[in-house]
Amino acid sequence: MAYSFPVEVLEHIFSFIDSDNDRNAVSLVCKSWYEIERWCRRKIFIGNCYAVTPRIMIRRFPELRSVSLKGKPHFADFNLVPEGWGGYVDPWVLAMGRAYPFLEELRLKRMVVSDEALEMVSKSFKNFKVLVLSSCEGFTTDGLASIAANCRNLRELDLRESDVEDLGGNWLSCFPESCTSLVSLNISCLGSDWSLQSLSALERLVGRSPNLRRLRLNRAVPLDKLANLLRRAPQLVELGTGTFSSELRPDVFSNLSGAFSGCKELKALSGFWDAVPSHLPAVYTICSGLTSLNLSDANIQSSDLVKLISECQNLQRLWVFDYIEDSGLEALAESCKNLQELRVFPSDPYAMEPNVTLTEQGLVAVSEGCPKLESVLYFCRQFTNNALFTIAKNRPNLTRFRLCIIEPRTPDYITLEPLDAGFGAIVQNCKELRRLSLSGLLTDRVFEHIGTHAKKLEMLSIAFAGDSDLGLYHVLSGCKSLRKLEIRDCPFGDKALLANAAKLETMRSLWMSSCLVSFEACKLLGQKMPRLNVEVIDERGPPDSRPESYPVEKLYIYRSVAGPRLDMPAFVWTMDEELALRLS
Amino acid sequence: TLAQLSHVCSYKETEELRQRKSQANGKILRMSSESDNSSMNFDETALTLGLPGKSRPSVGEKSGVKRGFSKMVDLNLHQKQSNDQENDGSQVEVAEPANSPASKAQIAGWPPVRTFRKNTVKSCKYVKVAVDGAPYLRKVDLDLYTSYQQLLISLESMFSCFTIRNCMNDGNLMDLVKGTEYVPTYEDKDGDWMLVGDVPWKMFVESCKRIRLMKRSEALGLGNIQNSCYNSKDTSIVIKHK
Repeated sequence: MAYSFPVEVLEHIFSFIDSDNDRNAVSLVCKSWYEIERWCRRKIFIGNCYAVTPRIMIRRFPELRSVSLKGKPHFADFNLVPEGWGGYVDPWVLAMGRAYPFLEELRLKRMVVSDEALEMVSKSFKNFKVLVLSSCEGFTTDGLASIAANCRNLRELDLRESDVEDLGGNWLSCFPESCTSLVSLNISCLGSDWSLQSLSALERLVGRSPNLRRLRLNRAVPLDKLANLLRRAPQLVELGTGTFSSELRPDVFSNLSGAFSGCKELKALSGFWDAVPSHLPAVYTICSGLTSLNLSDANIQSSDLVKLISECQNLQRLWVFDYIEDSGLEALAESCKNLQELRVFPSDPYAMEPNVTLTEQGLVAVSEGCPKLESVLYFCRQFTNNALFTIAKNRPNLTRFRLCIIEPRTPDYITLEPLDAGFGAIVQNCKELRRLSLSGLLTDRVFEHIGTHAKKLEMLSIAFAGDSDLGLYHVLSGCKSLRKLEIRDCPFGDKALLANAAKLETMRSLWMSSCLVSFEACKLLGQKMPRLNVEVIDERGPPDSRPESYPVEKLYIYRSVAGPRLDMPAFVWTMDEELALRLS
Repeated sequence: TLAQLSHVCSYKETEELRQRKSQANGKILRMSSESDNSSMNFDETALTLGLPGKSRPSVGEKSGVKRGFSKMVDLNLHQKQSNDQENDGSQVEVAEPANSPASKAQIAGWPPVRTFRKNTVKSCKYVKVAVDGAPYLRKVDLDLYTSYQQLLISLESMFSCFTIRNCMNDGNLMDLVKGTEYVPTYEDKDGDWMLVGDVPWKMFVESCKRIRLMKRSEALGLGNIQNSCYNSKDTSIVIKHK
């Protein structure tokens, strides 16, 4: 190039570019931009920790301040990924400890984190600020103690939905008295048995954190302590309560009510374990300011739910049990016109008969009454094509639609037909749909609709659906934007997979369990596609101890520049050229 | 297309072969138990083989519509059950969890709810289950069961992979089929290893920290095996392997 900006100018311009996609595009312009960009990139998101190695990351981006990593596949949330599969963060922490002394943020999802790794984090990064462990496991409260004790400038400690072993002790007291920097603390996943010392350590910590905006407590924090905490942190924007039950004493109630009314900035509420309905009015004073309400840990019944929700006119997000019932959802549709996201969870997912009156009517009502609704997760026991048509017609602005009809292969309960046409209407009308989960009785036709219309779909979850390979073929050949595909218990086999092998390199990952993909096809795929890791997960023993045409138990395919991983347990095999040669 | 159909059919044939082999195994097992002098009733603890989605028959019946894959599965299972009814009625009982009509046999990971989202009235009681010789662990939620019987049936189906493997080998099925008995044991709150079945069910759920299916030969040290396990037909698991 004859003319070029000085490097400093380009760097300054690039510093305004935040999005990963834009940064990636910048780096492709020319070699010098690639070089400049890689030295000034500060944040990275790695959606699959096995797609790349720590060394590759460090070599390209030597000055990162913020790293996000995801480990196990999504179906690990439902126990479909056997324990010991992988997703270990330790090698990453080891490498980053040496390479990034100025690292400030680490965000992990579905990874296995050891106490040693946490200790290393706490000691390697002098300016460490943010630790988010989402659905992680493998660590104990001792690891948390290291973080508390050594991270002088800690702003965020968020353990959302992680599995933490509680070794007792009093890790909260490891925060030094001089630590006043906390902005966000989420310990809601911790246990329900805490000592008085832990509780008072928590009180003191909250009391000396003037910047605390987000506080999510665990079940162990009793209701009478909540008022104290709120009075020490009236600047809170998000609150997750502890247990919400206690003896019904008037002084407890009025104390709590007063404490809540002091929190004028509260926008989000969650927690409410064991909630006693008569205590709920304590939060009424702040309800009109709430934009997010998470009642999915509370056994509150429909009428009490409706009373609470009708106070929250500005609600944008609601997570709730199916106790809300159709009638409650109709009331929601009346009062909350700003609703954007609704999640309805099953209170008794394993019961044969429904325990509540929650049907397709509830969701239809919300789709009619809430014009901004764009994200839905809905568990119920019956649905119809007509209901899906109506929802699709009402809400073409849906971006996330996850419907789980609890009994697999349930047809339209009125016509007894498959729900192909209904879901077809969803993908046809909702042109911005990015995430879709299917359920109910479905034939290959629904996949034809999806392949034809769901052009912006990025994540698709399929279970107990389809008739043949044609179904999978439609999805792989039609869904241009597909990044993540997860399938269980469907009659999809070799042909569709092999015919669309190249597609798999354009996606982050494909999960297939209890399908009909043969070991032979897996080997072939692994041989032909060196930039894919084709992992066979089979707890029955080595796949070559069975006929080649026999289906594998589980299959996880992901693109990678790191080659086959080296930390696989005994029940995982990578199909690569080497293996194929050895087994042939 | 025809090509796709033929692929599907060949899988089905392999399945039927497997089922037939497993029935043969089942018969051998029963024969050997009749000659055994112990009072252990093998019928109640004999493993049943299940294909993925074993509990599907109830779905097929309910909706009245069967699709390709489930058709295969249902066909094989019904076939197996009707055969068994001719030979030994008790086999069918074992296939269904005994006591609760209100909740049915669960499919792994379905419905797709995170474990901590389950009914929050009672807290989940998840414990790890290890089997001597198996390379992996499982977790069970003890709160889902109301009796030892249900728990043991569930454990059998979880670890029945051992028998699946051997039915598929082109091995000598008519050879001596050696059964290795596993004794279910658990670690309690005090860290002691106890035999499953010794205490009332509720007390067990309360105190159990984890479960280990121990090879009988190793479990002798736990004492009173002769009295409690052999005679308690509820508390022994037979897992067959070569």
